[in-house]
Amino acid sequence: MTGGWLRKTLSPKRVQTIGFNALRLVSLLTVLPILAVVVYIVVRGLPVISWEFLTQVPRNGMREGGIMPAIVGTFFLTLGTALFSVPLGIAAGIYIAEYATENRWTRLIRLAIINLAGIPSVVYGLFGLGLFVVFLNLGTSMLAASLTLSIMTLPVIISTTEEALRSVPSSFRLVSVSLGATRWQTTWRIVLPQALPGILTGVILGLERAAGETAPIMFTGAAFFLPQLPHSPLDATMALPYHIFVISTQVPGMPIQIQYGTVLVLLVFVLGMNLVATVIRSRARARRQW
Amino acid sequence: MDKIVIENLSVRYSDGTESLKNINLKIPEQSITALIGPAGGGKSTLLRVLNRLNDLADVVEMSGRVLLNGRNIYDPDANVIELRRKMGIVFSRPVPLPLTIYQNVSYGLEVAGIRSKSRLDDAVEKALRLAALWDEVHDRLNDPAIAISGGQQQRLCLARALALEPEVILLDEPTSALDPVSTARIENLLQDLKEQYTIIIVPHSIQQAARVADWVAFFLQGELVEYAARDRMFLSPKDRRTQEYIEGRYG
Repeated sequence: MTGGWLRKTLSPKRVQTIGFNALRLVSLLTVLPILAVVVYIVVRGLPVISWEFLTQVPRNGMREGGIMPAIVGTFFLTLGTALFSVPLGIAAGIYIAEYATENRWTRLIRLAIINLAGIPSVVYGLFGLGLFVVFLNLGTSMLAASLTLSIMTLPVIISTTEEALRSVPSSFRLVSVSLGATRWQTTWRIVLPQALPGILTGVILGLERAAGETAPIMFTGAAFFLPQLPHSPLDATMALPYHIFVISTQVPGMPIQIQYGTVLVLLVFVLGMNLVATVIRSRARARRQW
Repeated sequence: MDKIVIENLSVRYSDGTESLKNINLKIPEQSITALIGPAGGGKSTLLRVLNRLNDLADVVEMSGRVLLNGRNIYDPDANVIELRRKMGIVFSRPVPLPLTIYQNVSYGLEVAGIRSKSRLDDAVEKALRLAALWDEVHDRLNDPAIAISGGQQQRLCLARALALEPEVILLDEPTSALDPVSTARIENLLQDLKEQYTIIIVPHSIQQAARVADWVAFFLQGELVEYAARDRMFLSPKDRRTQEYIEGRYG
């Protein structure tokens, strides 16, 4: 027996120590690449960050000046995505978790949502191009891009909403109904407030992904170079992820620091949202009564 | 007078559990009726049929009638919400809603559409006094309900049902999670409350039934075996199965 040799040489306690240390090492290894990426980006990108870089429009074929239109564009695209996907996604999540009875139809819907979350983002981009830009004639615009990002974000918001609602103990629902509350009153007054932190976390994580995506917006609303702010939702806009793609691959003679600086700004934007989600979650956990 | 009349009631769940078979039972008002019997006999099911919480469960088949004040609560045009306000229920484990003590008691009234602060204040105080909890919590009504002890929580659950001024109070093993002192408090409370209310309790022990009940109904595997006044039931049960259960031979 192979285990026999090990058992003879090593005491169980020693095996445990070795095992724990191996696990510790592996978990450290998973953190390292993330840390390395962040540190590298900060070190390379920080020197280029200045008030001017954040507030001015790009000049000289984007080789000089700032990235303000891209920052504002990404902000608006994220906001627009939130506007469509948050109410719709939460409503759908509430319906599935609190109202729909478990049958073949709802299982199909759930399966569809899970699969939608796995579709590559470029497919959403092409779908948005077909539906919003061409068929609905919205043109290459912030509106079309926001709608495309919304469709991509919806599955995440729906499934996290559903999960957050389901984690609320069903005894609360039974008590509420036994006191003469309707199902809606129960959902609105008891279940939803308890699920809100979980829902918000899902919303932010979904929007964070939308903010960082390039493929869904490159056909639907992102501009290659547009040194001004959009005036209406039907205008195209610059956006950070697409801008990074452009200055990394499409502009010859691009100073490399500007690329790192832009990546750093996007990283701060996205990690900032992540931080907010983490704070909400840990605060809610401390306050939770069940 | 009979508050509740159950006629030929049968209930079956889709998974085949805890069904009721052709139950006929008349529950007199202003008294305490205890439903006893081994687990799975249908006692809890009967409570949930009475206030139609069973509507939420997976019931496949239900037949018969349940009359409250002479009206069938399963009539197609019966008002379920109204019914649940008339039939307060307290569950075996205290489940305070994730709200303050005050809000737990006012919840039923607020969902009924009562907004007046003074009316709510009065109702909350009255219900908490009825449940013998006012003296212990009156100075911390805005604390989370989870912060009080288990025994207090269970009286809060009773208070929150009483706030709706129900006609019937259903208690599903209300003291099974409580210590003896809290249990005694609740049992004494029930004796006071029966002056005003019709009380149906699933006691957590046969001794509790003997202590609190006026009437006792013995359920076995979905059937009502015997139903009688307490003393008659415990001193001279008619059915052999009842006798064996009371003597502790099974259950």
